Amino acid sequence: MKSLQELENLKLQSQKLVNLRLGDRQNSPHKHHVLICQGTGCVSAKATVIEEAFHEHLAKHNLTEDVVVARTGCFGICEAGPVVIVYPEGAFYSHVTPEDAERITKNHLVEGNVVTDLLLEGSSVGDKIIPINEIPFYKKQKRVSLALCGLINPENILEYIAFDGYKALAKAVLEMSPKAIIDEIKESGIRGRGGGGFSTGRKWEFTMNTQADQKYIVCNGDEGDPGAFMDRSILEGDPHAIIEAMAIAGYAVGANQGYVYVRAEYPIATNRLQIAIDQAKDFGLLGKNIFESDFNFDLEIRLGAGAFVCGEETALLNSIEGQRGMPNPRPPYPAVEGLWGKPTVINNVETFSNIPQIILNGAKWFSDMGTEGSNGTKVFALGGKIKNTGLIEVPMGITLREVIFDVGGGIPNGKKFKAVQTGGPSGGCLTEEHLDTPIDFDNLTRLGAMMGSGGMIVMDEDNCMVDIAKFFLEFTVDESCGKCAPCRVGTKKMLNILNRITSGTSEMAELDRLEELAKNIKISSLCGLGQTAPNPVLSTLKNFREEYEAHVKDNKCPSGVCKDLLNYFILDTCIGCTLCTRHCPVNAITGEKKEVHHIDTKTCIKCNVCVEKCKFNAIEVR
Amino acid sequence: MRGKTAMKTVNLTIDDLPVQVDENMTVLEAALQVGIDIPTLCFLKGVCEVGDCRICVVEVDGFDNLKSACVFPVSEGMVVKTHTKKVRLSRKSTMELILATHSKECLTCCRSTNCELQTLAEELGITELYYSDESPEEVTYDDKSNSIIRDQSKCILCARCAHVCSKTQGTGILGFVGRGVKTRVTTAFDKSLADTPCLFCGQCVVSCPVGAISEKVDIDKVWDVLEDPDIHVVVQTAPAVRSALGEEFGLPFGTNVQGKMVAALKRLGFNKVYDTSFGADLTIMEEGHELLDRLNNDGVLPMITSCSPGWVRYCEHYYPEFIPNLSSCKSPHQMVGAVLKSYYAEKNNIDPAKIFVVSVMPCTSKKDEAARPELSVNGLQDVDCVITTRELAKMIRIGRIDFDMLEDAEFDRDLLGEYTGAGISFGATGGVMEASLRTVADIMESKELRDIDYTQVRGMSDIKEATLVLGGRIFRVAVVHGTAAAGRLLDLIKSGVTTYDFIEVMGCSGGCVAGGGQPHVTAKEKMKLDIREARANVLREVDNSKDYRKSHQNPQVQKLYTDYLGKPNSQKAHELLHTHYTAKEKFPLE
Amino acid sequence: MVKEVICKDRLAQLETVMDEHKGKKGCLMPILHESQKIFGCIPLGVQKVIADATGIPMAEIYGVVTFYSHFSIEPKGDFVIGVCMGTACYVKNAGKILDDFVKQANVKVGETSEDGKFTLEATRCIGACGLAPVITINEDVYGRLKADAQEVADILAKY
Repeated sequence: MKSLQELENLKLQSQKLVNLRLGDRQNSPHKHHVLICQGTGCVSAKATVIEEAFHEHLAKHNLTEDVVVARTGCFGICEAGPVVIVYPEGAFYSHVTPEDAERITKNHLVEGNVVTDLLLEGSSVGDKIIPINEIPFYKKQKRVSLALCGLINPENILEYIAFDGYKALAKAVLEMSPKAIIDEIKESGIRGRGGGGFSTGRKWEFTMNTQADQKYIVCNGDEGDPGAFMDRSILEGDPHAIIEAMAIAGYAVGANQGYVYVRAEYPIATNRLQIAIDQAKDFGLLGKNIFESDFNFDLEIRLGAGAFVCGEETALLNSIEGQRGMPNPRPPYPAVEGLWGKPTVINNVETFSNIPQIILNGAKWFSDMGTEGSNGTKVFALGGKIKNTGLIEVPMGITLREVIFDVGGGIPNGKKFKAVQTGGPSGGCLTEEHLDTPIDFDNLTRLGAMMGSGGMIVMDEDNCMVDIAKFFLEFTVDESCGKCAPCRVGTKKMLNILNRITSGTSEMAELDRLEELAKNIKISSLCGLGQTAPNPVLSTLKNFREEYEAHVKDNKCPSGVCKDLLNYFILDTCIGCTLCTRHCPVNAITGEKKEVHHIDTKTCIKCNVCVEKCKFNAIEVR
Repeated sequence: MRGKTAMKTVNLTIDDLPVQVDENMTVLEAALQVGIDIPTLCFLKGVCEVGDCRICVVEVDGFDNLKSACVFPVSEGMVVKTHTKKVRLSRKSTMELILATHSKECLTCCRSTNCELQTLAEELGITELYYSDESPEEVTYDDKSNSIIRDQSKCILCARCAHVCSKTQGTGILGFVGRGVKTRVTTAFDKSLADTPCLFCGQCVVSCPVGAISEKVDIDKVWDVLEDPDIHVVVQTAPAVRSALGEEFGLPFGTNVQGKMVAALKRLGFNKVYDTSFGADLTIMEEGHELLDRLNNDGVLPMITSCSPGWVRYCEHYYPEFIPNLSSCKSPHQMVGAVLKSYYAEKNNIDPAKIFVVSVMPCTSKKDEAARPELSVNGLQDVDCVITTRELAKMIRIGRIDFDMLEDAEFDRDLLGEYTGAGISFGATGGVMEASLRTVADIMESKELRDIDYTQVRGMSDIKEATLVLGGRIFRVAVVHGTAAAGRLLDLIKSGVTTYDFIEVMGCSGGCVAGGGQPHVTAKEKMKLDIREARANVLREVDNSKDYRKSHQNPQVQKLYTDYLGKPNSQKAHELLHTHYTAKEKFPLE
Repeated sequence: MVKEVICKDRLAQLETVMDEHKGKKGCLMPILHESQKIFGCIPLGVQKVIADATGIPMAEIYGVVTFYSHFSIEPKGDFVIGVCMGTACYVKNAGKILDDFVKQANVKVGETSEDGKFTLEATRCIGACGLAPVITINEDVYGRLKADAQEVADILAKY
């Protein structure tokens, strides 16, 4: 790539590839575009088989010339997957099976009749398809990071270029000074989306101002928070945005080498990113003398190997260096002394994904979104007891209620909302009373939760909060790097206390000890993992103390989750079919045929087989 | 950032005291300057500066969480608080957690009353162990090697051992393994140290704050022979022992306790007490002539010293290509053993099989060395038992000898009783080189030189070089200590960047004075004082005070040659005083 | 059941991989990833070959291998069952599913059954939260499970 003009020309040529998706039927060589979501969720639900089925049926109907089948990144609404969208109509098909490909081909692509019974609920009114951004799930969203996810084929650089891809890099390299770029980023107010929320512009500035013969740009794609998958989706759906952003960062701070550290558990993302890197090199957008300037930039992928702590930046750098992913105390900060001791900019995937648009649209465009102190948008992974499980992007400042009930569709099966957990193992549980709090970095931290990477898990009345706290703590105990004592031993001791609580062998004084220990781990641990590991316990202790007390004082789990505190009873509705007696592995059930049976709670091992076998719902667990 | 020439100072406040210090200092160092004692545990100056244990935490204005003083750099205007309630509670809580995973067998521990953890627990006011009821994880106990015992039940994961092993020794035998609560410091696949390319240098032992790594104690063997009237027990003490033994009895660092030491040994009942420095003089004679032979007859150069057994093992396992460069000389105490069981036995008409040679060494690797089958003559090991300086102190205590009250005594003067200032210099880095030069230079220049202080090879920088002109020939020497530095030097030689005629290598940093068998010194004391220097000065003073300061002037060494060996490197000398080496696998599988 | 893990063929593959990587900065992780692929695990014999070639101490390599859960010392079973324990799956009863696999496949979490058939792993979020709760067996994905014992029995019967 030599000049801005060359890029513009390429963009004009490429636009015809995507015009149809923007409703422009005139300037498109094709009649239909079939976009098949190939994010990990949909691939797990056979999206690749669906793609093959479309190719097969299109060939049957001689439509291979007229219809483009494109694989895209995630549409966000994973609950409805596998998802297929047909343009120009924008027909949003959900829960598509390989068999449905035939119907969609025949009815829609050949005959022009939308298959209404396959459309996503709420995506049509009668026979009329409503625009995607009017669908309730998308209505309150503002997609910046995810703008192109689900719109372009990530394996085709031309589709990215058609949407102004690499224009920001051209602008940066050809028209802006490094300082001007950093000023722009600083002014936008963007803060790191990976957890800490530190100013991205200032990070870059530190690195720019540090003299060194070599500097590095590192992208943190070690998304370890269980239940968060925005970084993966961006890498799968819009990998070029990351490449472009890293190159811009490289130009701004004076680095010529970048590394993208991706979880080994993300094969699709890794593969697409590699394809994108190769294409960018072919187009001269990576490599030597980019846009005929003297700026060189190269990128390599490095795979993680299953260690949550590598999301911590110094641990991640150690891992790239080929060591155990154990964090170092800071300072020195990576911006000054990072990879192999050289100044290193390290940002996460979502942060980088915003950069090209900030350069193109200006700092003000970005800072106009969101709240004071938390500009822009944030991607959240909605999961748990919520109707629309999936990935959403909303402006900062939106309330939890809007996210959970408007975008997320509320709690399924008529259950009652109990809590929402944000920030994963570093975060905390918020309750009903917090639902109207505007979401931003500072509010969440103030409430004892955390933005974290953006996992948002909704819980209903069936979830035991002590059990949830235990779940997160088990995670951190397992994932603690083992370096510092407060985290290594302390989290384990907290877990032991929680185990005693959920098994009814604790005492009230231990609740105070738990809290004291948790507070000390927070202030004493070496890295962010340990400093935030007690949050799930502290926030549940604060917001759901009565649940803890019920476990300790009354030996009861109010939600009926903690096994050791439960007992199995047979109700009078038992008809004495003896099925449970026959399946009980420890012969704890006695009773005559056709008479109400009885469970000896002392013998019962609570394996739940009887409940599963009973056809009359006659067994109660309480 | 670091290493800039002009030193800048910054002003900060620690516990309301204004402090002005060098900008490259840590909070811990700055606090020390104004007498504020921040407790540490994993910190060991120059070895382990990582901030892992979280005991040295302090409050720094502007941060919610506490910072490790040992690694936190000072900055202008910084405000530090080192003993607020928040800090005290945190230290105590962390200490309780560390103790939860630590064996509580303090009464029977080898480090009882000498344990940094025990001291710290008291200093932090630990009065109950809340978490001690929970069963500990599975642990390893390894006593297979001749030198070192590892007891994982006492390990607190400070990783000082692992850092010294990889950084100073360049071996990396010990390291972090596993993750989270299952993290341990151990060897690859939990192999016994005996089955690894460990040098047995014992630097891990003297770095360990607790009893997780210790020397194998052999004093019972010594007690037994001392009680046996049929056995003639001869003890020899290495130069470095006298420079540190006093520390075990509360004397200041750098006190020479030679006289009391000899008195104590006599009181313990040894038949003869000799100084290994005699063996050092003998080594110079043999090694010096070997060097001259190599120089004159196109032998393999550079020649490298072989008196440090840790270094010899390093060479055999890690740089076997340099085995031909190793001097074939046995180490001094092995020479003494060989001479005792031949010349001495003959002269005194004692059956060599009835002679039991005990070496008191500052070294744990010497234990393993003495067991090498090739270090024997006529089926008798040169040295029968090696005990460390620490073990000698233990014997003195068990023997209920009041060390302070002892009147100074002299080494036995017969046969092996003489030693020179050159011989005693072996105990510190550069000493072997300086001793060699004093003899070799005289021979090459064919005269008795008067200027014999080779100060270029003294001091504590890890690689020291000197170029001399001797007998019209340019003569290049290097001195290196700590095997990691030795490895770096050998790499330079291999790549052809540099070359030498003669190299002294000591396995431990500082040489034998800082060997793995020397008394334990707490991290706090090591931070205040370079104990290597303090102990080395003792030897330097002895050297300066001696009439004979060149090995070839030692009259009893001269007599040994005339009466028994003939001349240096003679057939007889070779049989008794030289050995050979074997290349060994870097990572032995079984 | 003893499986032949280290053989000439695989060692030759490892040599090729190491030739490509060794000497480069931070080469250990890529070499270990490839080794895990080639051998299915990274046992002592393989670590020794890597140590000899790269000069990295054995304890360091062992330390790295045991740090990352992706690497294993022991070979895995023919079928690796991964029960996703991401939060989204956990709140939808993934713990119960894991228990059912322990019982029915007769294998402990993180271990391989005696006949070498199944390895059971509690995996981190695999990102298929829309399908929660979800499990994987080798390449096969089973989502939106009901978490009852019969369902697990039916899945296991396929292998």
